[in-house]
Amino acid sequence: MISIKNLHTSVEETEILKGIDLEVKPGEVHAIMGPNGSGKSTLANVLAGREEYEVTAGSVEFNGRNLLEMPAEERAREGLFLAFQYPVEIPGVSNANFLKAALNAIRQHRGEEAFDAMDFLTMVKERLQLVEMDQKFLQRAVNVGFSGGEKKRNEIFQMAVLEPQLGILDETDSGLDIDALKIVANGVNKLRNPQRSFIIVTHYQRLLDYIVPDFVHVLADGRIIKSGGKELALYLEKNGYDDLLNGNGKAAV
Amino acid sequence: MPKPPAKNDYDDKFGSAEEQQTVENLTKSEYKWGFTTDIETDMAPKGLNENIVRFISAKKEEPEWLLQWRLKAFRHWQKMVEPKWPNVKYPPIDFQNAYYYAAPKPQKQLESLDEVDPKLRETFDKLGISIMEQKRLSNVAVDAVMDSVSVATTFQGELKKHGIIFGAFSEAVKNHPELVRKYLGSVVPYTDNFYAALNSAVFSDGSFCYIPKGVRCPMELSTYFRINAANTGQFERTLIVADEGANVSYLEGCTAPMRDENQLHAAVVEIYVHKEAQVKYSTVQNWYPGDENGVGGVYNFVTKRAITHENAKVSWTQVETGSAITWKYPSVILKGDNSIGEFYSVALTNNYQQADTGTKMMHLGKNTRSTIISKGISAGKSQNSYRGLVRVGKNAENARNFSQCDSLLIGDQCGAHTFPYLEIKNPTAQVEHEATTSKIGDDQIFYLLQRGISEEDAINMIVNGYCKEVFRELPMEFAVEAQKLLAVSLEGSVG
Ligand SMILES: Nc1ncnc2c1ncn2[C@@H]1O[C@H](COP(=O)(O)OP(=O)(O)OP(=O)(O)O)[C@@H](O)[C@H]1O
Ligand SMILES: [Mg+2]
Repeated sequence: MISIKNLHTSVEETEILKGIDLEVKPGEVHAIMGPNGSGKSTLANVLAGREEYEVTAGSVEFNGRNLLEMPAEERAREGLFLAFQYPVEIPGVSNANFLKAALNAIRQHRGEEAFDAMDFLTMVKERLQLVEMDQKFLQRAVNVGFSGGEKKRNEIFQMAVLEPQLGILDETDSGLDIDALKIVANGVNKLRNPQRSFIIVTHYQRLLDYIVPDFVHVLADGRIIKSGGKELALYLEKNGYDDLLNGNGKAAV
Repeated sequence: MPKPPAKNDYDDKFGSAEEQQTVENLTKSEYKWGFTTDIETDMAPKGLNENIVRFISAKKEEPEWLLQWRLKAFRHWQKMVEPKWPNVKYPPIDFQNAYYYAAPKPQKQLESLDEVDPKLRETFDKLGISIMEQKRLSNVAVDAVMDSVSVATTFQGELKKHGIIFGAFSEAVKNHPELVRKYLGSVVPYTDNFYAALNSAVFSDGSFCYIPKGVRCPMELSTYFRINAANTGQFERTLIVADEGANVSYLEGCTAPMRDENQLHAAVVEIYVHKEAQVKYSTVQNWYPGDENGVGGVYNFVTKRAITHENAKVSWTQVETGSAITWKYPSVILKGDNSIGEFYSVALTNNYQQADTGTKMMHLGKNTRSTIISKGISAGKSQNSYRGLVRVGKNAENARNFSQCDSLLIGDQCGAHTFPYLEIKNPTAQVEHEATTSKIGDDQIFYLLQRGISEEDAINMIVNGYCKEVFRELPMEFAVEAQKLLAVSLEGSVG
């Protein structure tokens, strides 16, 4: 699915990712944990094609293609979806119109016919149920006036509509109450299949209780300092990152 | 006519060269309506003097009173000086170096649309307003004005049934002289301002509309303006009268072919709204804005004003994307108690365009209310100013105004300015003003890109969303057109 090799990234001359290696196979769920400021969102954004981040070394292959050469919209159309840590508000643009434009851009890219208004509506209504969102959210402006939790749910709803190959979830669980967390996790689980992979950035074991990952990685100071199975998350939950880090926040080993 | 400000008015000090290039690419657009129609034109000689005024009046077989009115206006104009206060820059206009009359030569009286010159029909088709289609499919009566003369008018029969008069101004002068004489200059007298005086002297044609007492016009009335002949000023005169309790929605759309000389357009629109009547006037203005180097384009210096009597309502909605320079303040004189004035505006400038536009709400009656929603969008190296006046007279008890003026910047070489003026002479007035300036956000664009939407579509979507409050005031078909127009105006070779 995606193969990241020795990825180095800088923002405004400061190196943030200092050599990331990560291989995600179809159907796998990888969780990425790590202290604040360690570079998790940076990784997610770089993969999604945000231009502020300069890739200084390394390579990323997505389904056999060089991901780093594609502009952001092409990555999206090829099936890479980022659920934002901070979803953006677009005043005056309804959720429905926005999603329809997105879906049809993706469908066109795949050589599929554009959805008409009716087909689209039928489909999105069904997907709304996946995250138990009310239909009224379709007519509301994208994320405008949404509560923190609603914004996060809206991200997963969009993912359900756009049906990506790789979903990158950046702290989708933060800001969700317990019930919403279960609903969102449930939604993600329903989207899991042998062809679809996920990279899930989170600080908490809670989410991983519901979305059980195949692998857990610890990112610190721009490097993956430890990888393991789902039990690694449980260990971190209990012991924090201290054991893995020395005093400077650098890897201890 | 003279050239607009030189390119080197702006230099590289606002950002890196690459950044500028990106922004330039993003905001580059081509004028899609740039074609001229080859129809024999009937022209007045170049220049402006009393003889030209007489020529125009004679051409139109006008009655003596109208000639005299024009001449008074002309003499008054000669004593006036060009206004310099708008926040726009252009070299002095040589009024003697232009043609003041150009009419497509009609072959004969036209009975039906089928008789309209096929080339003219083609022009309308290119404009996307195929009259045939309009007539057949839609509920819109179109009075098409090309180079100052109304060429074809549809739906006359249906309108006649309701006693509605809608058609060329010159026709109204012939058929309803008493109405024209009564209302002409009643809202915008020829003494009003430099360009209104000029228009009064040389106006060639325009539209006239009268809705009788208590009549609700059964369809949207629509006029398409288009400047065609090279170097002709277009001086439209529009007069709308809504008698007591009448109701009408009027649409005005404009385009102009591409030319590298500036063309002057100085129109006057007067709306007289009797008590209990309502008029909604919507404009989509798409005159040629000049090319990406600021060469050519229309100078659009327009006076639009309405007067409302008791319980009457006027609403101006405008979407302005065209013209090299726009100078325009659709206004409402709220004369009658409880009358309402509204102004909804989207003004988009790109490249070297300059716009100084806004409104004036003059509260004279008690309990008068006005709303101003202005959305400015500046891209390229353009300058976009909102200028608005809210005046509350001393007898206007409990007058209320709400103004919201937002500016959106695309790139960092453009400018947005707001000039709100308040003159409050009555202490019971409630006046509220909100203003925001924002830049189109990288975060917003990235969010849309990440969902597979192209950069161009992303910008259009954000801009359209920003303008939504105004678009929803437009009649449906116009709203769709306005959205497309914004897209075209912002179009660039992205990526
Ligand atoms: N656009 C930027 N400009 C400057 N510094 C940046 C930028 N983006 C990220 N950084 C810096 O890079 C580092 C990594 O940030 P990032 O957002 O990737 O961390 P994170 O692991 O997602 O943290 P958190 O858990 O708090 O979300 C931080 O020190 C941050 O300040
Ligand atoms: Mg983060």
